[in-house]
Amino acid sequence: MNDFVSGFWPIWISTITLGGIAFCVGLLIFASRVKVTLDSDNTNGHEWDGIKEMNNPLPMWWVGLFIITVIFGLAYLFLFPGLGEYQGKFGWTAVKQYEAEKAKNNEKIAPLYAKYAAMQVEDVAKIPEARDIGKRIFLNNCAACHGSDAKGSRGFPNLTDNDWLYGGSPERIKETITEGRIGMMPPMAAAVGNEEDVKNVANYVLSLSGSIHDSGRANAGKDKFVVCAACHGAEGKGNQMIGAPNLTDNTWLHGQGEAAIIKRIHEGKTNQMPAWEEKFSPEQIHLLTAYVWGLSNK
Amino acid sequence: MSNNTKRVMHETTIPEREVVLSLYKSEDKVYARSVSGFYNQWRWVMVWVTQLFFYGVPWLEWDGRQAMLFDLDGMRFYVFGLIFHPQDLIYLSFLLIVSALSLFLFTAIAGRLWCGYTCPQTVYTEIYMWMEEKIEGDRIARMRLDDSKWNLNKVTRKSLKQFAWIAFGLWTGVTFVGYFVPMRELVPNIMQLQAGGWETFWVFFYGFATYGNAGYMREQVCKYMCPYARFQSAMFDGDTMTVTYDENRGEPRGSRSKKAGENANGLGSCIDCNICVQVCPTGIDIRNGLQYECIGCGACIDACDDVMDKMGYAKGLIKYTTQNGMDNRWNRQQMLARLFRPRVLIYSAILMTMMIGMVVSIYYKPDFRLDVLRDRAVMARYTNDGKIENVYNLKLENESEVERDYDLKVTGLPNLAIHFSDNNIQQIKALKPFEKRNVIVEIQLPDGETRAGSHKILFEMTDIQAKETVKEKSVFIVPSN
Repeated sequence: MNDFVSGFWPIWISTITLGGIAFCVGLLIFASRVKVTLDSDNTNGHEWDGIKEMNNPLPMWWVGLFIITVIFGLAYLFLFPGLGEYQGKFGWTAVKQYEAEKAKNNEKIAPLYAKYAAMQVEDVAKIPEARDIGKRIFLNNCAACHGSDAKGSRGFPNLTDNDWLYGGSPERIKETITEGRIGMMPPMAAAVGNEEDVKNVANYVLSLSGSIHDSGRANAGKDKFVVCAACHGAEGKGNQMIGAPNLTDNTWLHGQGEAAIIKRIHEGKTNQMPAWEEKFSPEQIHLLTAYVWGLSNK
Repeated sequence: MSNNTKRVMHETTIPEREVVLSLYKSEDKVYARSVSGFYNQWRWVMVWVTQLFFYGVPWLEWDGRQAMLFDLDGMRFYVFGLIFHPQDLIYLSFLLIVSALSLFLFTAIAGRLWCGYTCPQTVYTEIYMWMEEKIEGDRIARMRLDDSKWNLNKVTRKSLKQFAWIAFGLWTGVTFVGYFVPMRELVPNIMQLQAGGWETFWVFFYGFATYGNAGYMREQVCKYMCPYARFQSAMFDGDTMTVTYDENRGEPRGSRSKKAGENANGLGSCIDCNICVQVCPTGIDIRNGLQYECIGCGACIDACDDVMDKMGYAKGLIKYTTQNGMDNRWNRQQMLARLFRPRVLIYSAILMTMMIGMVVSIYYKPDFRLDVLRDRAVMARYTNDGKIENVYNLKLENESEVERDYDLKVTGLPNLAIHFSDNNIQQIKALKPFEKRNVIVEIQLPDGETRAGSHKILFEMTDIQAKETVKEKSVFIVPSN
């Protein structure tokens, strides 16, 4: 009833509902007192355009059903919400029913989760049934970004390799799922220098992973990499504490090649993984952690 | 008041006796006299056919399970060798269309055949009336019993009848529930009073409905509740066979002695014995012409033929005939020729088409189900070795009762390679009966093979044992760099 802010509407609805029932009952009683006169050919004298109305009285059992319906309707309106703001004797609401059903379901599945919650993530990941539960949670919630096969795509990390932005230990994975992550690289072009310097640094970064690069430019860019090393480390191996990616492997979350790297140096990047603690119980996150951990630890 | 003025005007034109009535009326009980004859025999044949089916089928076994079982919890519907799932709802639509068209066709040909011979309301009423007659006696005896004061005889007969009716109703309820709960578990459970709450409810509900409708409501159901009774007239035409009283031959009606002869004293063939009225289960007089209450059961034909025989007159004063046949005094051949009229032919053609379509489509229905859901967030990506990759979530469901293996082929673009996640092709092997799986596949295409954009591809899943293939459409996206 939240949409009906005016006190008029509950009265309007109650009046129509109860008035309708009262009208029907009144009509039923009124009609029982009316007498019709009948001709010998079973017509009652009403005639329109030559069509005569035959006498066809309502069967008594129908009248009985009518009365039963009225009683049912009144009882229903007394027990359930139907009259304006009246909540009904039972106090039923759709939300309460939903919550009761949810509680019942949680109670039913609690022993299942409790069994796994007591185990180490590494052990849970070995149990096929547990992995199946984790997989279903993953497909319904995580696959939208990370893909059904968890291999991600540009901007969404691959979870099946052993390359982790924030660490691949069960504890770190659980933390990532529970609290989410915000990875932020600031635009660095100004700190690196001019356009040539940026291009040189990009070639140096490419050289770290042995990708195709211009070795002259790479050498020239090596000195300028110092500003990057604050996060990515002197050797470019990244820092899992702050989510700085390893630049020495061949995993390129935001694109491969010189142009993509130059773009990142110019524009920076903020990337976010949402927190899931609101949606899932700790037991569910435990199972999901085991599934994700198991993807790269077989 | 305006009613009264009209009434006065009316009275002045047709001065007739008037009776004052209420708008409501307790319906008079119909004491239908029992009848025997050709049409009655056919009704009993249909009673046996339909009821042997209804009461018998839940007891049949097929491959170690109930032959016909509608498992609502498991959402599987077993019909002998066939198994239907909720997604096969189309076959239910087929069945309903076929049923409706059959109804139209039979009604166009011979009126309310369904009502008179096979409708459960008619069939159960027939059975309940048979029990009533065995216990309370014939029409006259029943009327006398109802009028008599309560005495030992009346109490005994009435309780016996109630016992028989209730027992029969309950057994009907048990049988009905037996289509949804395995019969061979349900009956022992009921015997030990261990049946579930819903099962018990439906046994009593369906049992009560049978008892009430067949024992008490009877013709009231046809007259006031049944929608089909009201719209059937749309399927009637002048060439529809209906139960008809031959007015030309019968009128003027009048009783006479057997010796007097068929047309003595200017009378017609109707001897006004009223037996056609007494046998009518809806309590009408067929001599008033075709009426909406007439369920086309033919009881009056059997009764009148019997009387005509006894009088030594020709049968068929009441008979199945058509309006045009009566008006034009057609013989049987001329009436039968009208069977090949457009209405009948069109109904038959549509009916045959639907039936053939239904049978063929059920015959070719595969034993498994495949849905292809393309990953939407990951449009396309490059693998580390430079291939374009799209990801698909295949929902594979084995709908058969045995373990099955499958093979997957993808067509639509040259050089498409299938890569199962975890490299595990076992994901589409050894699916247990009714097992559902989410199989994740990555489809790979070498870079530079085709233009950027969306390409139509086809997933072809083959059931190795049954040699059936299901094809599902999807698209493969090639990114523009």
